[in-house]
Amino acid sequence: MPKVTVDGQEIEVPDGATVLQACELAGKEIPRFCYHERLSIAGNCRMCLVEVKPGPPKPQASCALPATEGQEIRTDSLMVKTAREGVMEFLLINHPLDCPICDQGGECDLQDQSVAYGRGATRYHENKRAVTEKYMGPLIKTVMTRCIHCTRCVRFSEEIAGVDEIGALYRGEQMQITTYLEQAAKHELSANVIDLCPVGALTSRPYAFEARPWELKKTLSIDVSDAVGANIRLDSRGREVLRALPRINDDVNEEWLSDKGRYMVDGLTRRRLDKVWIRSKCKLQAASWEDAFKAIAKAKPKGSVAAIAGDLVDCETMFAAKKLVNALGSDLLEGRQTGMRYPAGNLAAVNFNSTFAGIETADAILIVGSMVRWEAPLVNVRLRKAVKRGAKVFVVGPRWETTYPAEFLGDDAGVLHDLPAHVTEALEKAERPAVIVGGAGLAAGALDAALALPVQRDGWNGFNVLHMAASRMGGLMLGYAQEGGIADIAKSAPKVVLALGADEVDWSQFDGSLKVYIGHHGDKGAHAADIILPAAAYSEKDGTYVNTEGRVQFAEKAVFAPGDAREDWTILRALADALGVTVGFDSFAELQAAMIAEVPALGVEGLADVMSLSGGALPKPGKGRASGRIAYPIKDFYLTNPIARASVVMQHCSAELLHGETLAEAAE
Amino acid sequence: MADRAPAPDTPELRERWGKFAWTAENAQRAKEIVARYPEGRQRSAVMPLLDLAQRQVGAETNTQGWLPLPVMEFVAQELDMPVIRVLEVATFYTMYNIAPVGRFHVQVCGTTPCMLRGSDAILDACYKRGMKKGHTTDDGLWTLTEVECMGNCASAPMVQINDGNYEDLTPERLDKVLDALERGETPKEGTQDPERHTVEPVGGPTTLKEMVTDNHDYRGEW
Repeated sequence: MPKVTVDGQEIEVPDGATVLQACELAGKEIPRFCYHERLSIAGNCRMCLVEVKPGPPKPQASCALPATEGQEIRTDSLMVKTAREGVMEFLLINHPLDCPICDQGGECDLQDQSVAYGRGATRYHENKRAVTEKYMGPLIKTVMTRCIHCTRCVRFSEEIAGVDEIGALYRGEQMQITTYLEQAAKHELSANVIDLCPVGALTSRPYAFEARPWELKKTLSIDVSDAVGANIRLDSRGREVLRALPRINDDVNEEWLSDKGRYMVDGLTRRRLDKVWIRSKCKLQAASWEDAFKAIAKAKPKGSVAAIAGDLVDCETMFAAKKLVNALGSDLLEGRQTGMRYPAGNLAAVNFNSTFAGIETADAILIVGSMVRWEAPLVNVRLRKAVKRGAKVFVVGPRWETTYPAEFLGDDAGVLHDLPAHVTEALEKAERPAVIVGGAGLAAGALDAALALPVQRDGWNGFNVLHMAASRMGGLMLGYAQEGGIADIAKSAPKVVLALGADEVDWSQFDGSLKVYIGHHGDKGAHAADIILPAAAYSEKDGTYVNTEGRVQFAEKAVFAPGDAREDWTILRALADALGVTVGFDSFAELQAAMIAEVPALGVEGLADVMSLSGGALPKPGKGRASGRIAYPIKDFYLTNPIARASVVMQHCSAELLHGETLAEAAE
Repeated sequence: MADRAPAPDTPELRERWGKFAWTAENAQRAKEIVARYPEGRQRSAVMPLLDLAQRQVGAETNTQGWLPLPVMEFVAQELDMPVIRVLEVATFYTMYNIAPVGRFHVQVCGTTPCMLRGSDAILDACYKRGMKKGHTTDDGLWTLTEVECMGNCASAPMVQINDGNYEDLTPERLDKVLDALERGETPKEGTQDPERHTVEPVGGPTTLKEMVTDNHDYRGEW
């Protein structure tokens, strides 16, 4: 623990800290461009210069200088001030003065720091360098003349994403950042370089020229595109969500967000259900709420009603539907739309127990039927970190492109009962072994076999299930699981099925039922429905989500739902009146209170104690045998949910990045 | 320098170089080169391998050689590294030609010592013969590049043509060298000043003169 003096203030800093970190600990702001907490140190922007004694009598780059005992650091001397002005002047030599037409304006590091640390005016009269635009795909817009060569984007794609595709070509003044042959950046986290870029060189293509940051209302929300529950901020203007940005949460998404979570928001304004529809003579006709409720009452749902929850719904909606179904004398609830039927009695057996932050420290990981890169890109980042620390990764399932060395053990789930000796040995000898069972693994019946693996240690639970739906853990906590899965519900042939944004169900098994779709997008569920009640998307209602780790998180309402659409719980409450039953709540607060009374864990933000909820232990492994070829459920990363399917940007990504179509760029 | 850009990725380029592979001799050399680096650090061999590839292309095309994109991809594959990292190296160092060059690659040093000793006149002499910076002449014989310091400042000005350095140039001496090359001869490398052997002072030694003939002891004179 070296002691250093920063501007006369003596502080103790952790071993291995840099001078920059020491200055930050002392509460001093150090301007920087290339330095980023989550990336390696490059030391090439020179903006973080400080004066350090002992040492050469010249300013030192603080980001790359280790703090050592007895250092005297000055951040407020004349030398530092002139050094910063000098560096800023050099950076601005080739930086265009196009802030008024730059999308980064208002949230630009260079802009802010030149105001704070730069000279007032330029002394440069020669021509500025010009660099051609580089194509980086449908999400990243480039204006490379603005680039100041901090190489954050290069380091991100190499270190975090694990896909080396951005590089710095040429040298000196000719240096240019580009992808190989200007191919599109083809990974699930590519758009994070937009956040990392300290200037306007890499900006968001779909959001280009949409808004200035100061016009936007910022709402804290949760990403529903997968079960990771990334913390996001929705920036909206008027009734439209214009963009989603990641918030920092070291336990969940660190600082990153998947491209789908970031860019499916334009789907929130397309293909929306904004009217009530009733099917008559095979055709959907616009109708009023009253007519719709009457039609539902006519189907006599008492005692014969089921609710099927979709992938994007919040806990409050599911709880309201559960209360309604219960009040009507039924308990047919299911959330696993595709027919999975793993036992959900013990929550710990269907939970990501080691937590995302914990999986980074695992030293042997067995992935069973999960294409983690598509099912949870942010978990894949953690796995990459674990491998960098020395973890071994084995995968049961068809090959996919991992971003780290991994050994594939075959496509058949049966291999779990007969693991190769070196895999069992690695798991047994590891201090922190982990198994991750994905959706395809659960479908192949691998849960029991995985439970039998030796992944428990003192203070370490390495048994993980990786879900894909934002609503899954919340649904399981609220009892949205039948013993035989959705087939049980089909067997009891309910007169009315409430589909809460359920778009992945095979509706042919409910031919005899009145299908009431309560959701926000005109997608597969709405196509099959007899009655459509327009509801709110995740951006249009307050709600609780539980991610696959069992982490309870609240999302806030950013905008109002369009047209006649209402927040889901109000629809269910009104429906209860129309059907003449009481559900026990009249307001959202009462609904939440009732839900928390029933499942107290949902009332506390943060990691729920899943272990104690499920009796303090994982269940004993049953006799179920895993068998059959594993087939990953996600066929197209960019189109996994109704919002993404409605999003033009996601369709474009899917066509260009996954199906190799070249789309003509619109003239700008 | 400013014109440096990889030759465009065209179907013709793929057709011509897509099947690039080491010759038997170079395959052996490549193996030796890679073996110089410790286990897990094989990527460090990217620079010598790129050089080897450039020379093989040179042998095939009877030029100094260059690096078509498919050849860079081949090197990347040999070393199991991302091709963008190879491209970064190849574009950084001017010794790698990333576009085709002619039979003779005339690299004129234009850095300060050479410039003070008349590199402008050397460049003019090149222009007079029809060369243009960054271009190959129509007969495919000459490619002209202005480069930075080649470390021959004591015998400035100089040009490097393929692997040979020609120093102490005047426009006339350069013409003589280029004429000889054009005729298919191999002119003497090194200094072109008939009075000079290597880089000793012009007109005889200026210091330690007594040392020229015998082992003079200067210690008493300090």
